[in-house]
Amino acid sequence: MPNYTFQLNGETVTVDAPADLPLLWALRDKLGVTGPKYGCGIDVCKACTSHLDGEAIRPCVTPTAEVAGREVTTIEGLADGDRLHPVQEAWLEQDVAQCGYCQPGQIMAAVALLRRTSDPTDAEIDEIQNVCRCGTYVRIREAIKAAAARM
Amino acid sequence: MTSLPDQAHPDRTLPGSTRPPGGEPTPTHSRRRFLTYLVAAPTLAVAAQVVADVAGPATARALPSLPAPAEVLDLGDVLILAGKPTEDLIVVSVDQRGRVGLALPRAEVGQGITTAVAMLLADELDVPLSSVDVTLADARPELVFNQLTGGSNTMRSVYGPVRRAAAVARARLLAAAALRWGTTPGALTVTDGVVSGPGGRSATYGELSAAAADRTLTVALAAPKPTAQQRVVGTPTNRVDARAMVTGQQRYTLDLDVVPGALPTMLRRPPTINGTVRSLDNEAQLRAMPGVVDVAVVRTGVAVLAETFGQARDAVAAVQATWGPGTVDGEDDASIRRTLRAATPPPLAPGLLVQTVDAEFDFAFVSHAPLEPNCAVAHVTADRAEIWSPLKSPIVAQETIAAELGLPVSRVTVHVVQGGGSFGRRLFSDAALEAARVSKATGRPVKLLWSRIDDMRHGRARAASHHRIRATHAAGDVLTFEHRVASVETDFGHGLGEILTSVAASLPVAGNLSFAQTVFLTTVHSPYHLGVTTQTLSEVPLQMHTGSWRSVYSANTRGAEEVVVDELAAATRRDPAEFRRRLLKEDRFRAVLDRVVQEGQWGRRMPRGTAQGLGFHAEYKGCTACLVEIDARDPQDPRVTRATIAVDVGRAVNPRGLEAQMLGGLTDAIGTTLRAGLHVVDGLPLEGSYSQFHYTRQADSPTDVRVFVVDSGEEPGGAGELGVPAAVGAIANAYARATGTRPRSFPIVFPVDFEPFPR
Repeated sequence: MPNYTFQLNGETVTVDAPADLPLLWALRDKLGVTGPKYGCGIDVCKACTSHLDGEAIRPCVTPTAEVAGREVTTIEGLADGDRLHPVQEAWLEQDVAQCGYCQPGQIMAAVALLRRTSDPTDAEIDEIQNVCRCGTYVRIREAIKAAAARM
Repeated sequence: MTSLPDQAHPDRTLPGSTRPPGGEPTPTHSRRRFLTYLVAAPTLAVAAQVVADVAGPATARALPSLPAPAEVLDLGDVLILAGKPTEDLIVVSVDQRGRVGLALPRAEVGQGITTAVAMLLADELDVPLSSVDVTLADARPELVFNQLTGGSNTMRSVYGPVRRAAAVARARLLAAAALRWGTTPGALTVTDGVVSGPGGRSATYGELSAAAADRTLTVALAAPKPTAQQRVVGTPTNRVDARAMVTGQQRYTLDLDVVPGALPTMLRRPPTINGTVRSLDNEAQLRAMPGVVDVAVVRTGVAVLAETFGQARDAVAAVQATWGPGTVDGEDDASIRRTLRAATPPPLAPGLLVQTVDAEFDFAFVSHAPLEPNCAVAHVTADRAEIWSPLKSPIVAQETIAAELGLPVSRVTVHVVQGGGSFGRRLFSDAALEAARVSKATGRPVKLLWSRIDDMRHGRARAASHHRIRATHAAGDVLTFEHRVASVETDFGHGLGEILTSVAASLPVAGNLSFAQTVFLTTVHSPYHLGVTTQTLSEVPLQMHTGSWRSVYSANTRGAEEVVVDELAAATRRDPAEFRRRLLKEDRFRAVLDRVVQEGQWGRRMPRGTAQGLGFHAEYKGCTACLVEIDARDPQDPRVTRATIAVDVGRAVNPRGLEAQMLGGLTDAIGTTLRAGLHVVDGLPLEGSYSQFHYTRQADSPTDVRVFVVDSGEEPGGAGELGVPAAVGAIANAYARATGTRPRSFPIVFPVDFEPFPR
């Protein structure tokens, strides 16, 4: 199997994987990075949302070969050591999470949105398609707005 | 675990009080006798047991003649009653670091019970919340009926036992300090886990823990704090596990690294529900695929073990097998609907001088679809098995797996892992059982994951139902209300049947009822005076994978009734709010209704194509009213734009958690009322992902939601399911008013707007 080297949460990693193995499984099964979650495997639920060179991607449909030489950030790499990202802080303040399973993806999607637009409208927040089966959408919206205000 | 009866001298007045001034035990508790059980441990581990000289709350009640059974003894009461003999086997420990611990015999799946229980302990022991560790207990067969998470029952069932055990632990710690300093416990105070006494003496709980575990210690009778003295309970509190969740550190079942070499495992399942594997026709080809380690045929399909889930998935897709028929082959929505209609008894003929409101409703199957799919880790060897899975009924899982593997129950360890959602789904341990089978068949430890497609098609669902309602009225008064429900059989084979049997003599229902009918009658009741009220359930025995879905029968049954209540209001020319207000049975019901009417500006002018709608629901000693506004200018693309909810569950342990539960109930109602359901075709649901099963997303969620928590009373009622039925009614009623239609089939917008995945 080929080796692929990329930046993962600030560190250089090399993974031995088939070229078309979805990044999600390279992360979870080979590198032990379990923050990104499986929810559908076809870019529908968005639970695995992570960043590739700062843009939101879904590792469940991103071939491992595609990230070679690039920078992957998962939820584990969002905080600066113990200092949480403002979006994570807002999430804590609004007490968003219920079961928590979709939340890494929700947060990574929110961070990507706030990179594109510093003061998102309700319509822009509506474009986040990440499924939250517990129904935390109201608090997600509040947390995004709170984070936007803080940033 | 050894338990040593420590002392049973409830009538002896021992020196000193364990309570601060004014902290006399409440009357409820002073009537109870406590036995303290010191659990053998070097530091303090204590369980309190109530001596059974006082009847439980359920049996103490008189039986009124008119109320529905669920008003006399609801399903939650049933669970409490069944769990009562073992309710005080919950152990509170305080270690030498001063950390308070409790292994909760319930499942945390997002409802926030570990936070709420930590709050109970922090309050009772006077320690910071950060000093408390609430974990999930492994299956404990000695708890018998007291390890089932369902019926909105956790806080109702543990509120007393946890606080009692904590009160005893606190009393022992104070007694140890008093003995050390030659004073009485009454002279001591506790702040943040530090005991202070005369002369500036102080000691931490950690320093006192070993002495407090001394069997010879004399301890005063201890009772939990009265409500008025609670400082943590009743205060909005954020989740104790939130930081782990937002940093990706929360470990769900398949994130665990507990068995070295456990292999990613997926199954190829038959093309219809409960189908069988006749033969696997390309095993050699599968074994030659990249990453594939092992292949096994088990009862539910063809299992592939691989180095990664990606490779397991590819191999599963390549399986060529000959399949045997399932149990509902040939059934589809139309045939099931016909069967349900035929099974619904006709309403009684109305009298001559009355007017009637008649309505029939259909509800589709609805997947539980927790975001974490069905999953388990299993390690089965010749003489033992160890399982990890999110399980709400772990004792049944343990017994089932032991029987399947031919092992004694004591050789099967079942760990309950915090789950990524449930909504009723995790009552079933099918993933754990399947993982155990695959592990046994291959001789390897496995990490089993169901694909999302399998989770929706072969997983559990709320049973489809048909409803026939007839209400009669004359001169503006409702005389009769008759509701006949026919439902595809709901599977309660997760231990609830045994629980119902164990308390059969106490049930307020009689006759040859099925478990399902008993559940129906102990959960469904009308909150309104609607004259002679009849609610019945008929079940159609179709062998499908069903299961109770958040609020069991009430989302459909009470949701439909709320629609009819609006239609009755219209028929008698009354405002829906005023009509409800007049007929609600209790003042506290009216209080939450009045709150949403006021806060939600009921009756305000709305543009054409938009409207308000009201719903109300009461269950498990709680009640809620919901007022929504909907934009249905495009009737095929409705959106709930605003919601106002008021909720009263008695004592709200964590108002912030309660609000979260209400938001979840509202979101569930938006999904299932407007868009989310399953189409069954040829014995299998068509839907295979969230792109097809249209559960609520952010764009469907209202931007303006307010939840008002009304705290009333001493004891917590059920909260986890309460929010759904009222919101179902409110949304359906708002849609009806906005569009001028009468919604009768749910979800309302339900086309097959996708290309189904191959079987």
